[in-house]
Amino acid sequence: MASSVTAIPQQAARRPNKSVYMVLGCTVFAAAAQVLMKFGANHAMPHMNPAEPSTWMPFAMALLGNYQLLLGYGVQSGNALLLILALRDGELSMLYPIIALTYVWVNLLSMYFFNEHMNIWKALGIALVIGGVALLGRASSRA
Amino acid sequence: MTKTPLSSILLVLLASLIGSFGAVFLKLGAAHLNRGFRYILNRQLGFGVVLFLGSSVPFVMGVRHGELSVLYPMVSLGYVWTLFWSKLFFDEPITKAKLGALAMILAGIICIGVGGR
Repeated sequence: MASSVTAIPQQAARRPNKSVYMVLGCTVFAAAAQVLMKFGANHAMPHMNPAEPSTWMPFAMALLGNYQLLLGYGVQSGNALLLILALRDGELSMLYPIIALTYVWVNLLSMYFFNEHMNIWKALGIALVIGGVALLGRASSRA
Repeated sequence: MTKTPLSSILLVLLASLIGSFGAVFLKLGAAHLNRGFRYILNRQLGFGVVLFLGSSVPFVMGVRHGELSVLYPMVSLGYVWTLFWSKLFFDEPITKAKLGALAMILAGIICIGVGGR
């Protein structure tokens, strides 16, 4: 992709390209956040009844102790900041679907962390998502 | 069908809808940054971040029961919502390239979901 970008005139290859790469960076953060949240969601949490103040504290403490969930939110915040910077330029409808690349990373990470297996459908899906994102990247460099 | 309950699917769909509105407000708020980075604290951006982070609440509730690889395709509908909001709020054209790319991405995510069963 990058080589075709440099081949087109300077004026046509304006800032949208930089936004595309920033959103690509977001997908890595987002994948890490999803995996962390999945780990965090598996933590056993004490029952919390909003009507009973005595149950608030144990729940709050368990939430603060759920470092994987908290880290997931932290990474998601970094992701949001990068996305905001990326969205200054370029079209939302062009940049937002690039986030789909997160699926590719999540699937690869899930094989490692959650013992999920690769198969023909997943491989086909990953190829289609990468193809779709590449199509958007190419379209944005012409915008 | 799967080990994933309908309630989880609905929660994750709700997360996708909230997230798509989050993207709209992030885009609205991000425009202020072109006047300088100190404009990062603006109401639209704040609301966008709240929606963006808030969307992960039903997501976490949803993925608690069920497989990530089945529920994840549901989030992808957020890209379809966003395509419509972009046309509606920012007058961005819906081009063949965008539709083609979106079709490929959705098909890919459905394949990944099928492969995850």
